[in-house]
Amino acid sequence: MTAADDNPFEVPSVPSVPGPSGASVGEVSGPAAEAPKLPRPHESIIEVENLGKSYGSIIALRDVSTTVNAGEVTCILGDNGAGKSTLIKILSGVHESSEGVFRVDGIERRMGGPRDALALGIATVYQDLAVVALMPIWRNFFLGSEPTKGFGLTKRLDVAAMRRITRDELLKMGIDLRDVDQPIGTLSGGERQSVAIARAVYFGARVLILDEPTAALGVKQAGVVLRYIAQARDRGLGVVFITHNPHHAYPVGDRFLILKRGRSLGESEKKDISIDELTTLMAGGDELDALAQELRRP
Amino acid sequence: MTAASVTADERLATTSWAARMMRRPEVGAAVAALIIFVFFSTTTGAFLTVGGASTWLESSAQFGIMAVAVALLMIGGEFDLSAGAMVGTTGLIVGVLATHLHVNLWVAVLVSLVAAALIGALNGWLVVRTKLPSFIVTLGTFFVLQGINLAGTKLVTGQVSVQGFADVAGFYDARWIFGSSMQFGGFTLQVSVVWWLLLTVAATWVLQRTRPGNWIFAVGGDENSARQVGVPVLRTKIGLFMTTALAAFLVGMLQLFKTSTVQASTGVGQEFIYIICAVVGGCLLTGGYGSAIGAALGALIYGMTLQGIVFAQWDNNWLKAFLGVMLLGAVLVNNWIRRQAEMRK
Repeated sequence: MTAADDNPFEVPSVPSVPGPSGASVGEVSGPAAEAPKLPRPHESIIEVENLGKSYGSIIALRDVSTTVNAGEVTCILGDNGAGKSTLIKILSGVHESSEGVFRVDGIERRMGGPRDALALGIATVYQDLAVVALMPIWRNFFLGSEPTKGFGLTKRLDVAAMRRITRDELLKMGIDLRDVDQPIGTLSGGERQSVAIARAVYFGARVLILDEPTAALGVKQAGVVLRYIAQARDRGLGVVFITHNPHHAYPVGDRFLILKRGRSLGESEKKDISIDELTTLMAGGDELDALAQELRRP
Repeated sequence: MTAASVTADERLATTSWAARMMRRPEVGAAVAALIIFVFFSTTTGAFLTVGGASTWLESSAQFGIMAVAVALLMIGGEFDLSAGAMVGTTGLIVGVLATHLHVNLWVAVLVSLVAAALIGALNGWLVVRTKLPSFIVTLGTFFVLQGINLAGTKLVTGQVSVQGFADVAGFYDARWIFGSSMQFGGFTLQVSVVWWLLLTVAATWVLQRTRPGNWIFAVGGDENSARQVGVPVLRTKIGLFMTTALAAFLVGMLQLFKTSTVQASTGVGQEFIYIICAVVGGCLLTGGYGSAIGAALGALIYGMTLQGIVFAQWDNNWLKAFLGVMLLGAVLVNNWIRRQAEMRK
């Protein structure tokens, strides 16, 4: 990783850090550590090499390599049982890989749990979104990390700030809400997904892992979510977009990693692959031909 | 910028004041309370007198204290069927220790307080750790407490009630906190009513304006989501069960010092009335929604009806029938409101 010297987009580096990559194999430091800075666009945040994971005798993932760059979208495609979930769990710190190398900011890491990943700015938005349907949007936005003011018995939620920040952060994502007081359950699936994304970004995410965010959505709602993925990308975040739909992945993705039965079928940059090739590759071209054969009218 | 941010969003114009009020959980209870107040005020002579008001406020107060605590617990997604028996347990501990074992009265009160806190914590711990429904866990605690209340009291005193409590040293000092009253003209303000109001205000503050309040709604609304975003589920739920147990301790003391006696069967059967008051006040049986003010209003409805029926000189068994109708009506209204909240687009 090169030092930040002449790039206009670079945020000023922290002077107290002696060298950009001084540490060796990184211990994830305690909660007091500052959230790491976002690198310049197109520089890597996460790199994984030859990642593998076995549960007992079952090999769930083998030989997977990819990178997640700032300001780019890495799409992970695969059918059910392809190993997508295993890969997310490793990236988000839920499981540790059995083999391979996992680097963040060029430093090899071992994650002890999701909190370690969060401390490195890697946030995961799961399919169930971790929102409480009956609670207002602003309460959901800050749930578990509520800002307070006052001391002792007068210690209370900073409601005005919570409302304002919620509205502002959602506005930055291009979501203009009528009323942050409405229960989050009244939002559409796409909007709820967007609130979850905005929340992860506000709490310091540099890499967003989105687990099938478009799976349960209609065409129009999926479009809304794709737009927010592009927004997050344009704000310089690295995005990992897991999906089984190449038509959702292709318009927004920069690189595509295709998984099948726990193995990587290769990684392609967008310029090297067309959507048809992607679809064929993902569905397993031969299998699809065979299926077409089988389904033909007699 | 300030001007712009103050300006209301034009799409909010349709949200009228009335529609916003309808979103609040306690509205149904407020309307019902008003109707019952007007009904008994017009049909009976005694209801709307200072003496009458003292009576129905006092009988609402003890149910109100419990209903507010039970409402917090229900918003947090749990039930406590041992809350009624706990009122008896805390009173019996103090009564038996002070009259038969001659323990200092204040020490006896402290022992009772600690015992209530521990039993509450045990309820919470069991519910979260075993993942069993709190209905089952606290049904178990209920029977255990009921058994101990009867067998334990008989073992020590040879009777099923505690007598001679008013002769205990320090009784009149402690009574100032738990059993006193103030006169304003003909109106008697019982200290239990003051406790009830204080508790309702405190619970509303906690729910609406503190982090633990946010967590209570979250653990009741969606426990898994709450856990995923870092809400301390175990701590929140144990705190709620302890709050309920401590409210039971308070009511136990209020009854003991008011009547200077306690029966071994005190409180048994009351747990459902607390739950009914909370539900009438807008709490969902499924958790995640409700209010402390609503529960206090639910208790007010109960207390007004209880005394109103006496003033009207009806058979007071009608109260039970009325309770059943109120409960069903409230649950239907609550479910309808929740459907509106969850499905409105």
